[in-house]
Amino acid sequence: MSVNVESAPTPSPSAAAPALEVRGLVKHYPGVKALDGVDLVVRPHEVLGLAGENGAGKSTLLKALVGLVRPDAGEIWVRGEKVRLKSVVDAADHGIGMVFQEQSLVPNLTAAENIVLGAEGAGVRRGVYRWDTMRRLAQEQLDKIGSHIDPLARTDTLSFADRQMVEIAKVLRIEERTSHPPVIILDEPTSVLESKEIETLFTQVRRLREFASVIFVSHRLDEVLDVCDRVSVLRGGQSVGEVATAGALPAELHRMMIGSTGADDHYHDTAIRRPEQEPEPLLSVRGLAGKTFRDVSFDVRPGEILGIVGVHGSGREDVCRALFGAEPTSAGEALLDGRKLNLSDTRSACAAGIGYVPAERKIEGMVGPMSVADNMTLAKQKARCVGPLVSPRKQASLVDRWIDRLSIRTPQRSTAIQRLSGGNQQKVVLARWLVADDVRLLLLDHPTRGLDIGARSEVYRLMRELANNGVATVLLADSLEEAIGMSDRIVVMSDGRMTAEVGCPSGNKPTPLDLVKEMV
Amino acid sequence: MTSPAEDVDVVAARPRPRRGVSLRDAGPPIALVVVFLVFSVLSPEFRTLGNVQNIMDTASVLAVVTCGITFVLLMGSIDLSAPGIMGAAAIAVALLVANNRNDHDLGLAGVLVAVLLAAALGCLSGLALVLLKVPSFMTTLGVSAVGLGVATLMFNGVQPNISDDLLASLAVDRLLGFSYLTWLAAACVLVGYLIQRYSRLGRYAYAIGGAEEVLSLSGVKVAPYKVAIFTLAGAFYGLAGVMVTSQLSAGLVQAGKGYDFAAITAAVVGGTLLTGGRGGVLHSAVGVLLVTVLTNGLVQIGVSPYWQGGVQGLIVVVAVAAAVLPQRRRNQVVK
Repeated sequence: MSVNVESAPTPSPSAAAPALEVRGLVKHYPGVKALDGVDLVVRPHEVLGLAGENGAGKSTLLKALVGLVRPDAGEIWVRGEKVRLKSVVDAADHGIGMVFQEQSLVPNLTAAENIVLGAEGAGVRRGVYRWDTMRRLAQEQLDKIGSHIDPLARTDTLSFADRQMVEIAKVLRIEERTSHPPVIILDEPTSVLESKEIETLFTQVRRLREFASVIFVSHRLDEVLDVCDRVSVLRGGQSVGEVATAGALPAELHRMMIGSTGADDHYHDTAIRRPEQEPEPLLSVRGLAGKTFRDVSFDVRPGEILGIVGVHGSGREDVCRALFGAEPTSAGEALLDGRKLNLSDTRSACAAGIGYVPAERKIEGMVGPMSVADNMTLAKQKARCVGPLVSPRKQASLVDRWIDRLSIRTPQRSTAIQRLSGGNQQKVVLARWLVADDVRLLLLDHPTRGLDIGARSEVYRLMRELANNGVATVLLADSLEEAIGMSDRIVVMSDGRMTAEVGCPSGNKPTPLDLVKEMV
Repeated sequence: MTSPAEDVDVVAARPRPRRGVSLRDAGPPIALVVVFLVFSVLSPEFRTLGNVQNIMDTASVLAVVTCGITFVLLMGSIDLSAPGIMGAAAIAVALLVANNRNDHDLGLAGVLVAVLLAAALGCLSGLALVLLKVPSFMTTLGVSAVGLGVATLMFNGVQPNISDDLLASLAVDRLLGFSYLTWLAAACVLVGYLIQRYSRLGRYAYAIGGAEEVLSLSGVKVAPYKVAIFTLAGAFYGLAGVMVTSQLSAGLVQAGKGYDFAAITAAVVGGTLLTGGRGGVLHSAVGVLLVTVLTNGLVQIGVSPYWQGGVQGLIVVVAVAAAVLPQRRRNQVVK
C-alpha cells in the first residue's frame, strides 16, 4: 500500500505518454464548485479506479471526459495532444467512450442496431439498411468481448447483464475511429448486477485491458480494489491522492474518500440493544406464493432486522412488494400480530402500520418537484390534518420535528425534495412512515442504493434506532456485506423459493461464501 | 468481492431472447379473420365478392392516411393534421388538373404539386415541433387549421369539379376486381413497409420512440429525422386528399374530415402503440381492414349507420385497453 498525495503530474515526453491526462480541471455550477482542480493520469493498458463520495465530482469529471460537460478551466490531453471535447462524437474521435450508469440502449431496436447506432458505416448505404452488413459489424464487436448474444435479438428481450455486454460492444466501436488504444469509461457498471454477473463483467474488464485503458467507477470499494491497478481518489472536487491496489484495504481507501478516520463500526453494531427475552413474532409469513415466488414462510420479531438475499430473479423484491400489497399473491398468508393481513392493496398495508421504502427512490419513493414537507406527510395524511382539512401549522411543526430528529439537511421544509442529496431524500422517504408514530414493520428495498458512504452510515444508524424502538424490519440489502452487517437473521432465496435461513447475530456473522452457496 | 465465481457454475434463470411473434403482433390479424368469418355467417350480403371489393375501396384512403400517421406514432408523437392537409391537397389538385374553375390541365404534375404542398405542410408541423419545442399535439392541430385555411382560400366559394380523365378513372376503373385506388393504397403500404424496415429514417423513427436521448448520446442529430417523418406523413395525407378528389370528382375543403381520429383508431387497433416504438405499417394496415370490415359488417347485418361513430369510439378504447393488457400491473400510473 502506498499513498502519496500528488502534486500536478509532470507531462512525460517519452513514448509511454499517458493514454489520457487531465490537468487542473475546473467546473462551476451555480452555487457549487463541482470540479476544483482535478488531475488524473490514465496510462495505456491500465485499469484506473475512480473513487469518491457522492458529490466528490466523479460524474462531472466523467461527463467532461466524454464531451457532455465543458470545463471552465484546465486541460485534457490525449496521448500527449491537448484536446477540446465538444460532444460525445468528439470524444469518440479521440478514442474516449463511456458505458453510462443508466443504460443507454434503445430497447426496441436489435442489439446490432444499438451497437452501430450513429455510426452505421457500411451498414447503411444512401439511407438504406443492409441488414447482413449490420449483423456482421455487430458480430465483430461482440466477438471482441467473446459474447454469444444474437445480434438480431431485440434489446429489451436480453437480460440486464447481456445488455451491458451490448453497451461495451457498442463503446468498443470507437476503436475504428482512432488508430490508438481507446479509453473506456465504465460508470458504476456493477450497481445493478448480481455477483455472478459481476464476475463476468470483471473478466471483460481484464480482457479490455489488453487493447484499451479503462476507467472504472464504483461505489463498492472492494470491487474497485479487486479489478483496478490503481485508484485515484476525489474529494470535494479535488484530487486527493492515489492508491496502488495491491494489498490495499477498503478501509484505507474509505479514509481517503471521507478525509478523516472512517468509522470502524460501519454498521453500528454497538448500538444494538437486545431485549432480555425473545418477543413473539410480529410478522408471520406462511406459504406465500406469487408470480415469481412460492412457498415463502418466515417470521420477523419486533426489533429484529431480517435480511433477504438472493441473485437477480430470486423473487425477493416481489416478496417484499407482495407484503405491502403492491404485487398480487396467489396463495399463502401473512399475519401481523396474529391478524391476517389484507394483501390486496397498499392502503390496508399502510393502515396496518407497514412502511415500504422502494428501490427506485426517484420513481417510486418520492414526488420530485413536491416539497420535503408534502413528501414526508404523503402516506400519513391524518398526521397533518385537522378533521378533513390540512393544517399548515400542524404539518410545519410535525415536519420540522422530524427534519431535526433525522438531521435532514434541507434549506427549508418547502424545498422541492429533488434538490436534496440522495441521502437526505432517503431520510425524508423513511420519515414518511415515522411521522404518525404507528409504524411496526418496515420493508426496505435497497434503502442505501446510490448513497455515498456517509449517507449510508446514517441510514444504518436510523435502522438500528428504529429496531431498538421495536420496529421490525425486512431488509433487501444493496450488497451481501450490507445484508450480513445489518441483519439479525438472513433468509436466502433462489429461483423464487427459500433455500436457507441463517442466524446472523452480532459477533457471529456468516461469511458471504456461506450465503452464496445457497443463492445459486 | 461478493462472490467467488469459481464456486458458481449454475447460471441464474434469465429470459431467453425472443424473436417469435408476440400476442400483440398476432392478435389483430386473428381478430380480423374472426370478425370476417362471423359477419360472413351472419350476413349473406357481406360475403359477396362485390362487398369485399367495396370494403377494399372504402379502406383505401384510410390505409394511405394511416400509413403516414404510423410513422409519427412510432416516434411517440401524435399527428392531428390529416384533415387540414388532405383538404388543402384535395382542393389544390382539383384546381391544377382539368377542371371547371380554371384552364389548368397539369395532369400527373398537378398531383405531384398537391402532394408536395401537403409534404410542406407536414414539414411545418415538424419544424414547429423541433424549433419551437411545441408538442406535436398542438403543432399538428395548428397545421390542420392552416391547411383548412389554405383550402378555404383556394376553394373561394365555388366548388372545383374535375374533368381530368386519369384522376377520374382511378376511382372507377378496376384491375383484377379492385379499383386503382385500392392498388395505389396497397402500393403505399408496401412503400411504407420498406421505409420502415430498410431505411435509416424508418429505423430511427423506432429509435426515437424507444429512447430518444440514447440517439443524441450516440451522436445522432434527432431533429432532422423528426422533421423528415412529419414531412413523409404529410405527403401520405396529400396523396390521400388526391384520392378523395378522385372519388368525388370534385375538390372539397372537407375531404379529410374525421380521418385524423379514424387513422389513429386504425393504427392503435392494429397494434401500433401511442407511446411509440412498437407496431408498424403492416400492423396499421391490418387495423385499417379490421375497422373497415367492422363498420361494413355492422351495416350489412342491419345496424343503423348512425351507430357507427359511437361504435368506432368504443373500438379504440377497447383496442387500447387490449394493447396495454400484457403490461398491466398493480399500482400502474396512467395519465
